[in-house]
Amino acid sequence: MIEVRGLSYSYGSRNAIHDVSFSAGSGTVLGILGNNGAGKSTLITCLDMIRTPDEGSVMIDGRPIITMSRKEIARLVSYVPQRSEISGMSVFDCILLGRRPYFGWGADERDIEACRSVIRRMGLEGLAFRRMDELSGGEQQKAMVARALVQEPAVMLLDEPTNSLDPRNQNEVMALVRSAAREDGITVIAVLHDLNLALRFCDRLFFMKDGTGFCCCSSDEVDSATISGAYGIDSEIVTVGGRRFVLMD
Amino acid sequence: MMQAAGMDYHRYIRRKWLALAMMAVAATSMCLVSLMCGSARLSLADVLGALFLGTDAQMRTIVMNVRLPRIAAAAAAGFALAISGCIMQNVLRNPLASPSTLGVSQGASFGAAAAIVCLGTGAPYGSFLAVPAAAFIGGMATTAAILLISRLGSSTTSSMILAGVAISAMFSGATTLIQYFADDVAVATIVYWTFGSLGRAGWKEIATIAAVAISASAFFMLNRWNYNAIEGGTHTARSLGVDVDTLVPASLAVCALCSSVAVAFTGCISFIGLIAPHVMRKLVGNDFRFLIPCSALCGAALLLAADIACRMAIPPVVLPIGALTSFMGAPLFLYLIFRERGRR
Repeated sequence: MIEVRGLSYSYGSRNAIHDVSFSAGSGTVLGILGNNGAGKSTLITCLDMIRTPDEGSVMIDGRPIITMSRKEIARLVSYVPQRSEISGMSVFDCILLGRRPYFGWGADERDIEACRSVIRRMGLEGLAFRRMDELSGGEQQKAMVARALVQEPAVMLLDEPTNSLDPRNQNEVMALVRSAAREDGITVIAVLHDLNLALRFCDRLFFMKDGTGFCCCSSDEVDSATISGAYGIDSEIVTVGGRRFVLMD
Repeated sequence: MMQAAGMDYHRYIRRKWLALAMMAVAATSMCLVSLMCGSARLSLADVLGALFLGTDAQMRTIVMNVRLPRIAAAAAAGFALAISGCIMQNVLRNPLASPSTLGVSQGASFGAAAAIVCLGTGAPYGSFLAVPAAAFIGGMATTAAILLISRLGSSTTSSMILAGVAISAMFSGATTLIQYFADDVAVATIVYWTFGSLGRAGWKEIATIAAVAISASAFFMLNRWNYNAIEGGTHTARSLGVDVDTLVPASLAVCALCSSVAVAFTGCISFIGLIAPHVMRKLVGNDFRFLIPCSALCGAALLLAADIACRMAIPPVVLPIGALTSFMGAPLFLYLIFRERGRR
Protein backbone atom coordinates (compact mmCIF):
# COMPACT_ATOMS: atom_id res chain seq x y z
CA MET A 1 0.00 0.00 0.00
CA ILE A 2 1.41 3.37 -1.04
CA GLU A 3 0.03 6.72 0.03
CA VAL A 4 1.23 9.92 -1.59
CA ARG A 5 0.22 13.24 -0.01
CA GLY A 6 0.86 16.75 -1.35
CA LEU A 7 3.98 15.86 -3.34
CA SER A 8 5.75 18.75 -5.07
CA TYR A 9 9.03 18.98 -6.98
CA SER A 10 10.61 21.84 -8.94
CA TYR A 11 13.47 22.08 -11.41
CA GLY A 12 14.86 25.43 -10.31
CA SER A 13 11.97 27.87 -10.53
CA ARG A 14 9.79 25.57 -12.70
CA ASN A 15 7.25 23.45 -10.86
CA ALA A 16 7.35 19.95 -12.35
CA ILE A 17 4.74 18.48 -10.02
CA HIS A 18 2.60 20.30 -7.50
CA ASP A 19 0.51 19.00 -4.63
CA VAL A 20 0.04 15.50 -6.04
CA SER A 21 -1.89 13.02 -3.88
CA PHE A 22 -3.13 9.48 -4.50
CA SER A 23 -2.99 6.03 -2.99
CA ALA A 24 -2.80 2.48 -4.35
CA GLY A 25 -3.42 -0.80 -2.55
CA SER A 26 -1.39 -4.01 -2.57
CA GLY A 27 -1.81 -6.21 -5.62
CA THR A 28 -3.17 -3.43 -7.81
CA VAL A 29 -1.81 -1.86 -10.98
CA LEU A 30 -2.08 1.93 -11.12
CA GLY A 31 -1.50 3.57 -14.49
CA ILE A 32 -0.21 7.13 -14.60
CA LEU A 33 -1.27 8.93 -17.75
CA GLY A 34 -1.04 12.39 -19.23
CA ASN A 35 0.54 14.45 -21.98
CA ASN A 36 4.30 14.81 -22.38
CA GLY A 37 5.61 17.22 -19.76
CA ALA A 38 2.70 16.53 -17.38
CA GLY A 39 5.19 15.44 -14.68
CA LYS A 40 4.68 11.66 -14.81
CA SER A 41 8.36 10.66 -14.85
CA THR A 42 9.26 13.27 -12.23
CA LEU A 43 6.49 11.92 -10.01
CA ILE A 44 7.67 8.35 -10.33
CA THR A 45 11.28 9.25 -9.48
CA CYS A 46 10.05 11.16 -6.43
CA LEU A 47 8.21 8.05 -5.21
CA ASP A 48 11.56 6.19 -5.04
CA MET A 49 13.45 9.22 -3.62
CA ILE A 50 15.65 9.20 -6.73
CA ARG A 51 14.60 12.83 -6.65
CA THR A 52 13.91 14.22 -3.20
CA PRO A 53 10.53 15.98 -3.22
CA ASP A 54 10.40 19.62 -2.12
CA GLU A 55 7.20 18.99 -0.16
CA GLY A 56 4.81 16.19 0.67
CA SER A 57 5.13 12.64 1.89
CA VAL A 58 5.31 9.11 0.52
CA MET A 59 4.20 6.36 2.91
CA ILE A 60 4.63 2.66 2.18
CA ASP A 61 2.67 0.35 4.45
CA GLY A 62 2.30 3.29 6.82
CA ARG A 63 6.04 4.13 6.97
CA PRO A 64 7.39 7.43 5.58
CA ILE A 65 10.22 6.61 3.15
CA ILE A 66 11.88 10.01 3.56
CA THR A 67 13.29 8.80 6.88
CA MET A 68 14.69 5.55 5.43
CA SER A 69 18.21 4.88 4.16
CA ARG A 70 18.67 4.33 0.43
CA LYS A 71 19.19 0.61 1.03
CA GLU A 72 15.98 0.34 3.05
CA ILE A 73 14.06 2.13 0.29
CA ALA A 74 15.56 -0.25 -2.29
CA ARG A 75 14.16 -3.20 -0.33
CA LEU A 76 10.66 -1.70 -0.55
CA VAL A 77 10.59 0.02 -3.94
CA SER A 78 11.97 -1.13 -7.28
CA TYR A 79 12.18 1.00 -10.40
CA VAL A 80 12.48 0.41 -14.13
CA PRO A 81 13.55 3.63 -15.85
CA GLN A 82 12.19 4.98 -19.10
CA ARG A 83 15.51 4.50 -20.86
CA SER A 84 17.84 1.99 -19.28
CA GLU A 85 21.51 2.21 -20.12
CA ILE A 86 22.15 -1.25 -21.48
CA SER A 87 25.65 -2.47 -20.72
CA GLY A 88 27.67 -5.46 -21.80
CA MET A 89 26.68 -7.33 -18.64
CA SER A 90 25.04 -10.74 -18.88
CA VAL A 91 21.29 -11.02 -18.29
CA PHE A 92 21.90 -13.07 -15.13
CA ASP A 93 24.34 -10.51 -13.69
CA CYS A 94 21.97 -7.69 -14.58
CA ILE A 95 19.07 -9.39 -12.78
CA LEU A 96 21.33 -10.34 -9.87
CA LEU A 97 21.91 -6.61 -9.32
CA GLY A 98 18.32 -6.46 -8.10
CA ARG A 99 19.52 -8.37 -5.03
CA ARG A 100 22.09 -5.67 -4.21
CA PRO A 101 19.98 -4.18 -1.39
CA TYR A 102 20.22 -7.58 0.36
CA PHE A 103 23.94 -8.22 -0.24
CA GLY A 104 26.49 -8.58 2.50
CA TRP A 105 29.95 -8.93 0.94
CA GLY A 106 28.36 -10.09 -2.30
CA ALA A 107 25.73 -12.38 -3.78
CA ASP A 108 25.14 -15.63 -1.89
CA GLU A 109 23.33 -18.81 -2.88
CA ARG A 110 19.94 -17.39 -1.79
CA ASP A 111 20.38 -14.43 -4.13
CA ILE A 112 21.37 -16.71 -7.01
CA GLU A 113 18.37 -18.92 -6.28
CA ALA A 114 16.05 -15.88 -6.31
CA CYS A 115 17.46 -14.91 -9.72
CA ARG A 116 16.98 -18.41 -11.12
CA SER A 117 13.37 -18.36 -9.97
CA VAL A 118 12.61 -14.98 -11.59
CA ILE A 119 14.43 -15.94 -14.80
CA ARG A 120 12.24 -19.02 -15.08
CA ARG A 121 9.10 -17.05 -14.29
CA MET A 122 9.89 -14.46 -16.97
CA GLY A 123 10.77 -17.13 -19.54
CA LEU A 124 14.35 -15.89 -19.88
CA GLU A 125 16.14 -19.24 -19.31
CA GLY A 126 17.58 -19.35 -22.82
CA LEU A 127 18.95 -15.82 -22.55
CA ALA A 128 20.41 -15.96 -19.03
CA PHE A 129 24.05 -15.80 -20.11
CA ARG A 130 23.66 -13.63 -23.19
CA ARG A 131 24.93 -10.05 -23.06
CA MET A 132 22.18 -7.49 -22.40
CA ASP A 133 23.25 -5.40 -25.40
CA GLU A 134 22.70 -8.38 -27.71
CA LEU A 135 18.99 -8.73 -26.80
CA SER A 136 15.97 -7.28 -28.56
CA GLY A 137 14.09 -4.36 -26.96
CA GLY A 138 11.35 -6.66 -25.65
CA GLU A 139 13.86 -9.10 -24.13
CA GLN A 140 15.77 -6.25 -22.50
CA GLN A 141 12.58 -4.88 -21.02
CA LYS A 142 11.64 -8.29 -19.62
CA ALA A 143 15.10 -8.52 -18.03
CA MET A 144 14.60 -5.07 -16.47
CA VAL A 145 11.22 -6.12 -15.07
CA ALA A 146 12.86 -9.33 -13.80
CA ARG A 147 15.49 -7.24 -11.98
CA ALA A 148 12.73 -5.13 -10.42
CA LEU A 149 10.90 -8.29 -9.31
CA VAL A 150 13.95 -9.95 -7.77
CA GLN A 151 14.20 -6.95 -5.43
CA GLU A 152 11.07 -8.41 -3.79
CA PRO A 153 9.55 -4.94 -3.48
CA ALA A 154 6.28 -3.80 -1.95
CA VAL A 155 5.99 -1.20 -4.73
CA MET A 156 7.24 -1.52 -8.32
CA LEU A 157 7.62 1.65 -10.39
CA LEU A 158 7.71 1.37 -14.16
CA ASP A 159 8.39 4.40 -16.33
CA GLU A 160 6.95 3.69 -19.77
CA PRO A 161 7.68 -0.04 -19.65
CA THR A 162 6.23 -0.61 -23.12
CA ASN A 163 8.14 2.23 -24.74
CA SER A 164 9.36 1.23 -28.23
CA LEU A 165 8.00 -2.32 -27.94
CA ASP A 166 5.85 -3.98 -30.59
CA PRO A 167 2.20 -4.80 -29.65
CA ARG A 168 2.99 -8.43 -28.82
CA ASN A 169 5.82 -7.49 -26.46
CA GLN A 170 3.72 -4.69 -24.95
CA ASN A 171 1.03 -7.22 -24.05
CA GLU A 172 3.57 -9.76 -22.77
CA VAL A 173 5.38 -7.28 -20.52
CA MET A 174 2.16 -5.83 -19.11
CA ALA A 175 0.67 -9.29 -18.55
CA LEU A 176 3.81 -10.30 -16.60
CA VAL A 177 3.62 -7.12 -14.55
CA ARG A 178 -0.05 -7.65 -13.75
CA SER A 179 0.45 -11.28 -12.78
CA ALA A 180 3.35 -10.23 -10.49
CA ALA A 181 1.05 -7.70 -8.83
CA ARG A 182 -1.68 -10.29 -8.32
CA GLU A 183 0.54 -13.20 -7.21
CA ASP A 184 3.05 -11.32 -5.05
CA GLY A 185 0.76 -8.56 -3.74
CA ILE A 186 3.01 -5.88 -5.24
CA THR A 187 1.64 -2.39 -5.84
CA VAL A 188 2.59 -1.57 -9.44
CA ILE A 189 2.68 2.04 -10.61
CA ALA A 190 3.28 2.32 -14.36
CA VAL A 191 3.60 5.41 -16.53
CA LEU A 192 1.84 4.61 -19.80
CA HIS A 193 1.03 6.47 -22.99
CA ASP A 194 -1.23 3.86 -24.58
CA LEU A 195 -4.75 4.40 -23.24
CA ASN A 196 -6.00 1.04 -24.50
CA LEU A 197 -3.11 -0.80 -22.85
CA ALA A 198 -3.87 1.11 -19.64
CA LEU A 199 -7.57 0.23 -19.79
CA ARG A 200 -6.71 -3.42 -20.32
CA PHE A 201 -4.02 -3.96 -17.70
CA CYS A 202 -4.49 -1.30 -15.00
CA ASP A 203 -6.96 -1.45 -12.15
CA ARG A 204 -6.89 2.28 -11.55
CA LEU A 205 -5.77 5.25 -13.62
CA PHE A 206 -4.26 8.51 -12.40
CA PHE A 207 -4.41 11.28 -14.99
CA MET A 208 -1.94 14.15 -14.68
CA LYS A 209 -2.15 17.56 -16.26
CA ASP A 210 0.38 20.40 -15.96
CA GLY A 211 2.12 18.79 -12.98
CA THR A 212 -0.98 18.15 -10.91
CA GLY A 213 -3.39 15.27 -10.44
CA PHE A 214 -6.32 15.74 -12.79
CA CYS A 215 -8.39 12.64 -12.03
CA CYS A 216 -7.98 9.29 -10.27
CA CYS A 217 -10.51 6.62 -11.06
CA SER A 218 -10.93 2.94 -11.76
CA SER A 219 -10.40 1.77 -15.35
CA ASP A 220 -14.13 1.11 -15.67
CA GLU A 221 -14.97 4.71 -14.75
CA VAL A 222 -12.85 6.36 -17.45
CA ASP A 223 -15.00 8.26 -19.93
CA SER A 224 -14.41 10.51 -22.90
CA ALA A 225 -14.82 13.63 -20.73
CA THR A 226 -11.89 12.51 -18.53
CA ILE A 227 -9.69 11.87 -21.57
CA SER A 228 -10.70 15.15 -23.14
CA GLY A 229 -9.90 17.00 -19.93
CA ALA A 230 -6.51 15.32 -19.48
CA TYR A 231 -5.30 15.31 -23.08
CA GLY A 232 -7.38 18.00 -24.77
CA ILE A 233 -8.56 15.61 -27.48
CA ASP A 234 -11.96 14.23 -28.45
CA SER A 235 -12.46 10.53 -28.02
CA GLU A 236 -15.10 7.85 -27.83
CA ILE A 237 -15.10 4.77 -25.63
CA VAL A 238 -16.53 1.63 -27.19
CA THR A 239 -17.02 -1.86 -25.79
CA VAL A 240 -16.05 -4.82 -27.99
CA GLY A 241 -16.13 -8.40 -26.74
CA GLY A 242 -16.56 -7.20 -23.16
CA ARG A 243 -13.44 -4.98 -23.31
CA ARG A 244 -13.39 -1.20 -23.44
CA PHE A 245 -11.39 0.64 -26.11
CA VAL A 246 -10.66 4.30 -26.63
CA LEU A 247 -11.13 5.62 -30.16
CA MET A 248 -9.50 8.98 -30.73
CA ASP A 249 -10.46 11.54 -33.34
CA MET B 1 15.77 -26.47 -15.38
CA MET B 2 16.31 -24.34 -12.28
CA GLN B 3 19.15 -26.54 -11.18
CA ALA B 4 20.64 -26.42 -14.69
CA ALA B 5 20.48 -22.62 -14.70
CA GLY B 6 22.21 -22.53 -11.34
CA MET B 7 24.91 -24.94 -12.51
CA ASP B 8 25.43 -22.74 -15.54
CA TYR B 9 25.85 -19.66 -13.39
CA HIS B 10 28.67 -21.22 -11.40
CA ARG B 11 30.29 -22.41 -14.63
CA TYR B 12 29.89 -18.93 -16.07
CA ILE B 13 31.62 -17.41 -13.02
CA ARG B 14 34.39 -20.01 -13.21
CA ARG B 15 35.13 -18.84 -16.76
CA LYS B 16 35.66 -15.33 -15.40
CA TRP B 17 37.98 -16.65 -12.69
CA LEU B 18 39.88 -18.45 -15.44
CA ALA B 19 40.21 -15.19 -17.37
CA LEU B 20 41.56 -13.51 -14.23
CA ALA B 21 44.05 -16.34 -13.70
CA MET B 22 45.15 -16.04 -17.34
CA MET B 23 45.80 -12.34 -16.86
CA ALA B 24 47.81 -13.07 -13.71
CA VAL B 25 49.91 -15.57 -15.67
CA ALA B 26 50.31 -13.06 -18.54
CA ALA B 27 51.47 -10.29 -16.19
CA THR B 28 53.90 -12.63 -14.38
CA SER B 29 55.25 -13.93 -17.69
CA MET B 30 55.73 -10.37 -18.90
CA CYS B 31 57.74 -9.63 -15.72
CA LEU B 32 60.03 -12.60 -16.42
CA VAL B 33 60.45 -11.70 -20.11
CA SER B 34 61.22 -8.14 -19.10
CA LEU B 35 63.87 -9.36 -16.66
CA MET B 36 65.49 -11.36 -19.49
CA CYS B 37 65.46 -8.51 -22.04
CA GLY B 38 68.00 -5.70 -22.19
CA SER B 39 71.47 -4.86 -23.46
CA ALA B 40 72.73 -7.94 -21.62
CA ARG B 41 70.50 -10.82 -22.72
CA LEU B 42 69.76 -13.23 -19.89
CA SER B 43 68.20 -16.67 -19.97
CA LEU B 44 65.28 -17.66 -17.76
CA ALA B 45 67.69 -19.77 -15.70
CA ASP B 46 69.98 -16.73 -15.22
CA VAL B 47 67.04 -14.64 -14.05
CA LEU B 48 65.68 -17.25 -11.67
CA GLY B 49 69.18 -17.93 -10.36
CA ALA B 50 69.78 -14.23 -9.71
CA LEU B 51 66.39 -13.84 -8.05
CA PHE B 52 66.44 -16.84 -5.77
CA LEU B 53 70.05 -18.11 -5.51
CA GLY B 54 72.21 -15.04 -6.11
CA THR B 55 75.33 -17.08 -6.98
CA ASP B 56 76.61 -14.79 -9.75
CA ALA B 57 77.22 -11.30 -8.33
CA GLN B 58 77.22 -9.55 -11.73
CA MET B 59 74.02 -11.25 -12.78
CA ARG B 60 72.44 -10.42 -9.45
CA THR B 61 73.40 -6.76 -9.81
CA ILE B 62 71.82 -6.55 -13.27
CA VAL B 63 68.64 -8.27 -12.19
CA MET B 64 68.13 -6.92 -8.68
CA ASN B 65 69.53 -3.39 -8.98
CA VAL B 66 68.91 -2.46 -12.62
CA ARG B 67 66.00 -4.40 -14.04
CA LEU B 68 63.82 -5.37 -11.07
CA PRO B 69 63.14 -1.79 -9.86
CA ARG B 70 62.24 -0.77 -13.41
CA ILE B 71 59.89 -3.73 -13.79
CA ALA B 72 58.29 -3.12 -10.41
CA ALA B 73 57.78 0.52 -11.36
CA ALA B 74 56.15 -0.51 -14.66
CA ALA B 75 53.88 -3.04 -12.95
CA ALA B 76 52.84 -0.64 -10.17
CA ALA B 77 52.28 2.35 -12.49
CA GLY B 78 50.40 0.24 -15.07
CA PHE B 79 48.25 -1.21 -12.29
CA ALA B 80 47.49 2.25 -10.84
CA LEU B 81 46.69 3.92 -14.17
CA ALA B 82 44.52 1.02 -15.38
CA ILE B 83 42.29 0.85 -12.29
CA SER B 84 41.90 4.63 -12.37
CA GLY B 85 40.79 4.52 -16.00
CA CYS B 86 38.46 1.58 -15.34
CA ILE B 87 36.61 3.40 -12.55
CA MET B 88 36.62 6.80 -14.28
CA GLN B 89 34.92 5.27 -17.33
CA ASN B 90 32.24 3.86 -15.05
CA VAL B 91 31.46 6.77 -12.74
CA LEU B 92 31.60 9.36 -15.51
CA ARG B 93 29.54 7.08 -17.81
CA ASN B 94 32.11 7.75 -20.49
CA PRO B 95 34.10 5.08 -22.38
CA LEU B 96 36.75 7.61 -23.33
CA ALA B 97 37.55 8.64 -19.76
CA SER B 98 41.03 7.94 -18.41
CA PRO B 99 43.62 9.88 -16.41
CA SER B 100 45.29 11.06 -19.64
CA THR B 101 42.24 11.85 -21.80
CA LEU B 102 40.58 13.84 -19.00
CA GLY B 103 43.72 15.83 -18.26
CA VAL B 104 44.34 14.38 -14.77
CA SER B 105 47.84 13.25 -15.77
CA GLN B 106 48.58 16.68 -17.23
CA GLY B 107 47.27 18.36 -14.07
CA ALA B 108 49.43 16.11 -11.93
CA SER B 109 52.42 16.78 -14.19
CA PHE B 110 51.89 20.51 -13.79
CA GLY B 111 51.74 20.14 -10.01
CA ALA B 112 54.91 18.06 -9.99
CA ALA B 113 56.69 20.46 -12.35
CA ALA B 114 55.72 23.40 -10.13
CA ALA B 115 57.14 21.55 -7.12
CA ILE B 116 60.42 20.83 -8.94
CA VAL B 117 60.88 24.49 -9.83
CA CYS B 118 59.76 25.80 -6.45
CA LEU B 119 62.16 23.45 -4.66
CA GLY B 120 64.86 24.92 -6.85
CA THR B 121 66.96 21.77 -7.00
CA GLY B 122 65.77 20.28 -10.26
CA ALA B 123 65.89 16.92 -8.55
CA PRO B 124 62.34 15.67 -8.25
CA TYR B 125 63.12 12.98 -5.75
CA GLY B 126 65.10 15.22 -3.44
CA SER B 127 61.93 15.91 -1.57
CA PHE B 128 60.09 12.63 -1.28
CA LEU B 129 56.71 14.02 -0.25
CA ALA B 130 56.56 17.48 -1.84
CA VAL B 131 56.51 16.35 -5.48
CA PRO B 132 53.78 13.70 -5.19
CA ALA B 133 51.79 16.02 -2.92
CA ALA B 134 51.97 18.75 -5.56
CA ALA B 135 51.13 16.23 -8.30
CA PHE B 136 48.16 15.07 -6.25
CA ILE B 137 46.89 18.63 -5.88
CA GLY B 138 47.22 19.15 -9.65
CA GLY B 139 45.38 15.89 -10.34
CA MET B 140 42.67 16.70 -7.81
CA ALA B 141 42.14 20.19 -9.26
CA THR B 142 41.56 18.61 -12.66
CA THR B 143 39.23 16.02 -11.14
CA ALA B 144 37.21 18.74 -9.41
CA ALA B 145 36.83 20.56 -12.74
CA ILE B 146 35.72 17.36 -14.51
CA LEU B 147 33.28 16.58 -11.71
CA LEU B 148 31.81 20.06 -11.95
CA ILE B 149 31.37 19.66 -15.69
CA SER B 150 29.83 16.19 -15.28
CA ARG B 151 27.26 17.63 -12.87
CA LEU B 152 26.09 20.19 -15.41
CA GLY B 153 22.81 19.04 -16.88
CA SER B 154 23.86 19.47 -20.49
CA SER B 155 27.13 17.57 -20.28
CA THR B 156 27.58 14.82 -22.85
CA THR B 157 30.32 12.29 -23.57
CA SER B 158 31.88 14.47 -26.23
CA SER B 159 31.61 17.70 -24.24
CA MET B 160 33.36 16.09 -21.28
CA ILE B 161 36.20 14.82 -23.45
CA LEU B 162 36.49 18.25 -25.03
CA ALA B 163 36.57 19.72 -21.53
CA GLY B 164 39.40 17.27 -20.76
CA VAL B 165 41.26 18.45 -23.87
CA ALA B 166 40.77 22.07 -22.77
CA ILE B 167 41.99 21.32 -19.25
CA SER B 168 45.00 19.42 -20.62
CA ALA B 169 45.84 22.39 -22.86
CA MET B 170 45.52 24.78 -19.93
CA PHE B 171 47.89 22.75 -17.76
CA SER B 172 50.31 22.22 -20.65
CA GLY B 173 50.37 26.00 -21.14
CA ALA B 174 50.94 26.56 -17.43
CA THR B 175 53.78 23.99 -17.44
CA THR B 176 55.35 25.80 -20.41
CA LEU B 177 55.18 29.08 -18.49
CA ILE B 178 56.87 27.48 -15.49
CA GLN B 179 59.61 26.14 -17.76
CA TYR B 180 60.06 29.60 -19.31
CA PHE B 181 60.92 31.10 -15.94
CA ALA B 182 62.85 28.10 -14.58
CA ASP B 183 66.62 27.54 -14.64
CA ASP B 184 68.25 25.11 -17.11
CA VAL B 185 68.49 22.19 -14.70
CA ALA B 186 64.82 22.44 -13.70
CA VAL B 187 63.75 22.80 -17.33
CA ALA B 188 65.75 19.71 -18.30
CA THR B 189 64.20 17.75 -15.45
CA ILE B 190 60.67 18.79 -16.39
CA VAL B 191 61.20 18.05 -20.11
CA TYR B 192 62.76 14.69 -19.32
CA TRP B 193 59.84 14.00 -17.03
CA THR B 194 57.24 14.66 -19.69
CA PHE B 195 58.83 11.84 -21.72
CA GLY B 196 57.82 9.43 -18.97
CA SER B 197 60.43 7.09 -17.53
CA LEU B 198 60.30 3.94 -15.46
CA GLY B 199 64.00 4.02 -14.63
CA ARG B 200 64.02 6.90 -12.19
CA ALA B 201 61.71 5.49 -9.51
CA GLY B 202 63.56 3.90 -6.60
CA TRP B 203 62.18 1.31 -4.21
CA LYS B 204 60.72 3.98 -1.91
CA GLU B 205 58.79 5.56 -4.80
CA ILE B 206 57.68 2.17 -6.11
CA ALA B 207 56.44 1.21 -2.65
CA THR B 208 54.43 4.46 -2.52
CA ILE B 209 52.77 3.81 -5.90
CA ALA B 210 52.07 0.19 -4.95
CA ALA B 211 50.63 1.10 -1.52
CA VAL B 212 48.32 3.73 -3.02
CA ALA B 213 47.28 1.42 -5.90
CA ILE B 214 46.54 -1.51 -3.59
CA SER B 215 44.57 0.69 -1.17
CA ALA B 216 42.62 2.17 -4.09
CA SER B 217 41.92 -1.35 -5.43
CA ALA B 218 40.56 -2.36 -2.04
CA PHE B 219 38.21 0.65 -2.08
CA PHE B 220 37.14 -0.10 -5.65
CA MET B 221 36.60 -3.80 -4.95
CA LEU B 222 34.46 -2.97 -1.91
CA ASN B 223 32.24 -0.98 -4.27
CA ARG B 224 32.32 -3.45 -7.17
CA TRP B 225 28.56 -4.11 -7.05
CA ASN B 226 27.89 -0.39 -6.84
CA TYR B 227 29.89 0.16 -10.04
CA ASN B 228 27.91 -2.66 -11.67
CA ALA B 229 24.72 -0.83 -10.64
CA ILE B 230 26.02 2.47 -12.08
CA GLU B 231 26.45 0.69 -15.44
CA GLY B 232 22.63 0.84 -15.66
CA GLY B 233 22.64 4.62 -15.17
CA THR B 234 22.59 6.78 -12.05
CA HIS B 235 18.80 6.57 -11.58
CA THR B 236 18.94 2.78 -11.70
CA ALA B 237 21.87 2.77 -9.26
CA ARG B 238 19.96 4.98 -6.81
CA SER B 239 16.92 2.71 -7.07
CA LEU B 240 19.19 -0.23 -6.19
CA GLY B 241 20.30 1.49 -3.00
CA VAL B 242 23.59 3.04 -4.19
CA ASP B 243 24.49 6.39 -2.68
CA VAL B 244 25.63 7.79 -6.03
CA ASP B 245 26.13 11.34 -4.74
CA THR B 246 28.82 10.14 -2.34
CA LEU B 247 30.29 7.28 -4.36
CA VAL B 248 31.03 9.21 -7.57
CA PRO B 249 33.10 12.05 -6.07
CA ALA B 250 34.80 9.66 -3.63
CA SER B 251 35.75 7.30 -6.48
CA LEU B 252 37.05 10.17 -8.61
CA ALA B 253 39.13 11.43 -5.70
CA VAL B 254 40.67 7.96 -5.23
CA CYS B 255 41.30 7.72 -9.01
CA ALA B 256 42.98 11.14 -8.91
CA LEU B 257 45.19 10.08 -5.97
CA CYS B 258 46.13 6.83 -7.68
CA SER B 259 46.97 8.29 -11.10
CA SER B 260 48.60 11.41 -9.66
CA VAL B 261 51.02 9.39 -7.55
CA ALA B 262 51.89 7.17 -10.53
CA VAL B 263 52.49 10.23 -12.73
CA ALA B 264 54.50 11.97 -10.00
CA PHE B 265 57.09 9.17 -9.95
CA THR B 266 57.07 7.87 -13.53
CA GLY B 267 56.13 10.93 -15.57
CA CYS B 268 53.34 11.36 -18.08
CA ILE B 269 52.42 7.87 -19.30
CA SER B 270 49.34 8.15 -21.47
CA PHE B 271 46.58 5.81 -22.58
CA ILE B 272 47.28 2.79 -20.32
CA GLY B 273 44.22 3.82 -18.29
CA LEU B 274 42.17 3.96 -21.46
CA ILE B 275 43.37 0.79 -23.17
CA ALA B 276 43.50 -1.77 -20.36
CA PRO B 277 39.81 -1.61 -19.27
CA HIS B 278 38.60 -1.77 -22.88
CA VAL B 279 40.73 -4.80 -23.67
CA MET B 280 39.44 -6.54 -20.55
CA ARG B 281 35.78 -5.70 -21.29
CA LYS B 282 36.12 -7.98 -24.30
CA LEU B 283 37.22 -10.78 -21.97
CA VAL B 284 35.03 -10.42 -18.83
CA GLY B 285 32.31 -7.96 -19.90
CA ASN B 286 31.27 -5.03 -17.71
CA ASP B 287 31.29 -7.02 -14.48
CA PHE B 288 33.41 -4.97 -12.07
CA ARG B 289 33.99 -7.96 -9.78
CA PHE B 290 36.39 -9.13 -12.47
CA LEU B 291 36.94 -6.04 -14.59
CA ILE B 292 38.84 -4.19 -11.83
CA PRO B 293 41.46 -6.91 -11.10
CA CYS B 294 41.72 -7.91 -14.78
CA SER B 295 42.27 -4.27 -15.83
CA ALA B 296 44.92 -3.87 -13.13
CA LEU B 297 46.82 -6.93 -14.39
CA CYS B 298 46.34 -5.92 -18.02
CA GLY B 299 47.63 -2.40 -17.27
CA ALA B 300 50.71 -3.87 -15.62
CA ALA B 301 51.29 -6.30 -18.52
CA LEU B 302 50.80 -3.59 -21.17
CA LEU B 303 53.21 -1.18 -19.53
CA LEU B 304 55.78 -3.97 -19.12
CA ALA B 305 55.36 -4.86 -22.82
CA ALA B 306 55.75 -1.21 -23.80
CA ASP B 307 58.87 -0.97 -21.64
CA ILE B 308 60.38 -4.05 -23.29
CA ALA B 309 59.72 -2.46 -26.71
CA CYS B 310 61.33 0.80 -25.53
CA ARG B 311 64.47 -1.01 -24.37
CA MET B 312 64.77 -3.41 -27.29
CA ALA B 313 63.89 -1.13 -30.24
CA ILE B 314 67.29 0.62 -30.62
CA PRO B 315 69.62 -0.82 -27.95
CA PRO B 316 71.33 0.53 -25.94
CA VAL B 317 69.07 3.59 -26.34
CA VAL B 318 65.92 3.43 -24.18
CA LEU B 319 63.02 5.16 -25.91
CA PRO B 320 60.68 7.33 -23.82
CA ILE B 321 57.86 5.16 -22.48
CA GLY B 322 55.29 7.98 -22.67
CA ALA B 323 55.80 8.32 -26.42
CA LEU B 324 55.34 4.59 -27.02
CA THR B 325 52.17 4.28 -24.94
CA SER B 326 50.73 7.24 -26.85
CA PHE B 327 51.51 5.44 -30.12
CA MET B 328 49.69 2.41 -28.74
CA GLY B 329 46.77 4.37 -27.32
CA ALA B 330 46.02 6.91 -30.01
CA PRO B 331 44.67 4.38 -32.56
CA LEU B 332 42.42 2.85 -29.89
CA PHE B 333 41.19 6.30 -28.91
CA LEU B 334 40.26 6.98 -32.54
CA TYR B 335 38.59 3.56 -32.78
CA LEU B 336 36.43 4.35 -29.73
CA ILE B 337 35.41 7.74 -31.12
CA PHE B 338 34.34 6.19 -34.44
CA ARG B 339 32.56 3.31 -32.69
CA GLU B 340 30.61 5.81 -30.54
CA ARG B 341 29.65 7.71 -33.69
CA GLY B 342 28.60 4.45 -35.38
CA ARG B 343 26.34 3.60 -32.42
CA ARG B 344 24.60 6.98 -32.58
